[in-house]
Amino acid sequence: MSKTLRIKKGVDIRLTGEPALTCGEAPRPKVVAVQPTDFPGVTPKLAVKEGAQVQAGEALFYDKTCTSVMFASPVSGTVKEVIRGAKRRILAVVVDADGSDNAKDFGAWNGGDRDALVAHLAAGGAFATMRQRPFDVLANPADTPRAIYVSGFDSAPLAADTGVVVEGRMDDLQRGIDALGMLAGPGGVHVGTRAGDNTLAGLNGCTTTAFNGPHPAGNVGVQIHHTAPINKGEVIWTMGLQDVINLGSFLRTGRYSAERVVALGGSEMNDPRHIRTVAGAKLSDLGVQANAGARVISGSVLTGTSAGAEGYLGAFATQVVALPEGHDPKFLLTEGWLSPGLNKFSMSRAYPTWLMPKSKQYTLDTNQNGEDRAFVVSGQYEAVFPFDIFPVHLVKSIMVNDIDAMEKLGIYEVAPEDFALCEFVCTSKIPVQSIVRDGLDALKVELG
Amino acid sequence: MKAIHNLIQSIKPHFEEGKLSRFWVVFDSLETFAFTPGHVTHSGAHIRDGIDLKRTMFLVIVAMVPCLLFGMWNIGHQYHLSLGQTSDLLANVLVGAWKVIPLIVVSYGVGLGIEFLFAGMRGHSINEGYLVSGMLIPLIMPVDVPLWMVALAVAFAVVVAKEVFGGTGMNILNVALTARAFLFFAYPKQLSGEIWIHDVAASKAGGMLVDGYTGATALGHLAGTVGTAADQASAATMSLFADGGMFSLSNCFLGLIPGSVGETSALACLIGAAVLIWTGIGSWRIIASFLAGGLVMGFLFNLIGANAYMTISPIHQVVMGGFMFGMVFMATDPVSAAQTNTGKLWYGFFGGLFSIMIRVFNPAYPEGVMMAILFMNVMAPLIDHYVIEANIKRREKRLTAATA
Repeated sequence: MSKTLRIKKGVDIRLTGEPALTCGEAPRPKVVAVQPTDFPGVTPKLAVKEGAQVQAGEALFYDKTCTSVMFASPVSGTVKEVIRGAKRRILAVVVDADGSDNAKDFGAWNGGDRDALVAHLAAGGAFATMRQRPFDVLANPADTPRAIYVSGFDSAPLAADTGVVVEGRMDDLQRGIDALGMLAGPGGVHVGTRAGDNTLAGLNGCTTTAFNGPHPAGNVGVQIHHTAPINKGEVIWTMGLQDVINLGSFLRTGRYSAERVVALGGSEMNDPRHIRTVAGAKLSDLGVQANAGARVISGSVLTGTSAGAEGYLGAFATQVVALPEGHDPKFLLTEGWLSPGLNKFSMSRAYPTWLMPKSKQYTLDTNQNGEDRAFVVSGQYEAVFPFDIFPVHLVKSIMVNDIDAMEKLGIYEVAPEDFALCEFVCTSKIPVQSIVRDGLDALKVELG
Repeated sequence: MKAIHNLIQSIKPHFEEGKLSRFWVVFDSLETFAFTPGHVTHSGAHIRDGIDLKRTMFLVIVAMVPCLLFGMWNIGHQYHLSLGQTSDLLANVLVGAWKVIPLIVVSYGVGLGIEFLFAGMRGHSINEGYLVSGMLIPLIMPVDVPLWMVALAVAFAVVVAKEVFGGTGMNILNVALTARAFLFFAYPKQLSGEIWIHDVAASKAGGMLVDGYTGATALGHLAGTVGTAADQASAATMSLFADGGMFSLSNCFLGLIPGSVGETSALACLIGAAVLIWTGIGSWRIIASFLAGGLVMGFLFNLIGANAYMTISPIHQVVMGGFMFGMVFMATDPVSAAQTNTGKLWYGFFGGLFSIMIRVFNPAYPEGVMMAILFMNVMAPLIDHYVIEANIKRREKRLTAATA
């Protein structure tokens, strides 16, 4: 019987366009891109040239510092182009899929010691989605983490359903968990589940903890904090549920898998549902149909990136959301700050919608709903930030680049995604997530 | 809507460059006043909470409306009382409006003028902070204060208390209270005189006042009793505070007493508190702990009972003077208050405690709540520092426990 923890702080933002609990096969993508920008802390070194033939599982690039960790092509095909940005930074490696099932064979895992397992996973691309705290970056395979945490559910708005995600893949999940058990230090493997959902109850070789409460209860950072918080000097690894499944599949078959069950949702999404595809797939190839002018987001509405209909599914994205853009100015009496606001969602009770039942769904657009201001209102972040950390003070210490204060205030435990709701509720519209990312990067540089 | 929007857009280019570009700040603030701009999110969360600073500040002003309306009526009511006349609602409100509207105009005119100037100089848009300060200042002014004094106080408060620190969100002291404190210290004679009731000085000179009418506030009367033992205090003064007296508990609670424009009615302040707490704009922690602090101090004074002032019941203490108004609208200013949840409790408690303590111990400062809140504004960062330090210690302890 697993322990159940109650997370009180946070908020569930109910958006219209919830994905149906069915999973269809998406058409095979014709084009796939692996985007180094999805992996914070990684400086990519290309392993292939434009025009090269690659099999699924063959390395496209690797990290400059952790050279053993390969970032593999999800499909077989031809490297079409390497897209670069300012200062020739690599933004994406685009592969034209040939539609075949050719995949590089790394050999099924037949057992061995920890070092051999790490090397096997790193070479086969299955280690690339392992992240570490502190810093929320690619895990260093040379470390032995105190524990490895896997969040068994996503509490973000319109998130993929765990039951749909793991359906038919429980064996691979178990295999993946067993492998993580070999990698983890004394703390072992932890899986956080949603209280009342027994989908993952049968897992062995890990400690399961049930979490009850609103978003961000499904964030792995919150789950770590409430079970065994990270202290200075400790390293924790984290991995997404689907990445663990793919890791298990890789060990079973010896072939790299980037399979993704993706939730399509949002008010502008036609036919919201779950589909099965691969990470990095071009969204327009998948039958993702969003209304014209909508913003298509790879990832959640709180943490995702604006991909556009011609964009690609992010490396960690398990959902695609289409929202209306909010370009239209809002007149003060009808939709602006003096309006009754019967369709405005707010944590603050400043609009009467807080009297509505919690199950009411809202259609929110991408308007910032206000202008940038200095910090004025206090106590807002605290209400949606379930950590024993003072979020505003931590953010301020990052703004003034005070490394010492950041450490003392607990920056080791957090990732930008943990601040997503702070950013959402902020009256002063402060870009909290990018500030936290900058802080983590600055600290990483400082500590070498 | 479309027509207004098109009009604004058509004149926009004149302000973006050309002769009118120096008035860009004015244009921008009016445009964003009318239309929440079509800014879309570009980093981080793609959707945002519906609240912005304009809505926040607007709700604080809504919370002040009962105090404002009651204050207007009460000015007329007190005026007619001082002359021994009976009057109707309309006559009272007209007298009040005659006094209050110029105060509001001067407060917003001077304050926003300075805000525009600084925003223009610094090249940022107008912040909404003064919308609230500009309404608070008239409400904490004595009725008959000369308008030039208000203008001077506003200018001092906005420049010295706010703009030199960097504008809205950066100030250490509450802006409105700074304006009041400036007047109190710069013009002590005028501010302790007969300015609490409309035209009371003129009425006195003309011999029109009711017999024995002084025009002093409750706290003014009580300040006169300090220094004499409880039983020697003027029975005439203390009878004002008994049931049926001018400053009886019910009169003080309802606000049928002389005082600053908007502060007299505890009931109106509590309605404001309800609005602020309901909407979540004002911190219930500060309001509740401030009240608790005041009641505790009042109760302690009851136990000591060294003079007549101390024998006033705690409930009576907190409904007199500016205590309630300060508690609801001044102490809760999120910028100058403590920012941590634990800190807010301490901040409020000591604010309330000191309010009553100062007014009783130091008759030179009858309005203790002003001094107490300004003092706690200065102390708030220190309180937060200790709350955060405790959090840091907890984290360090966890580390030593883990490594030991």
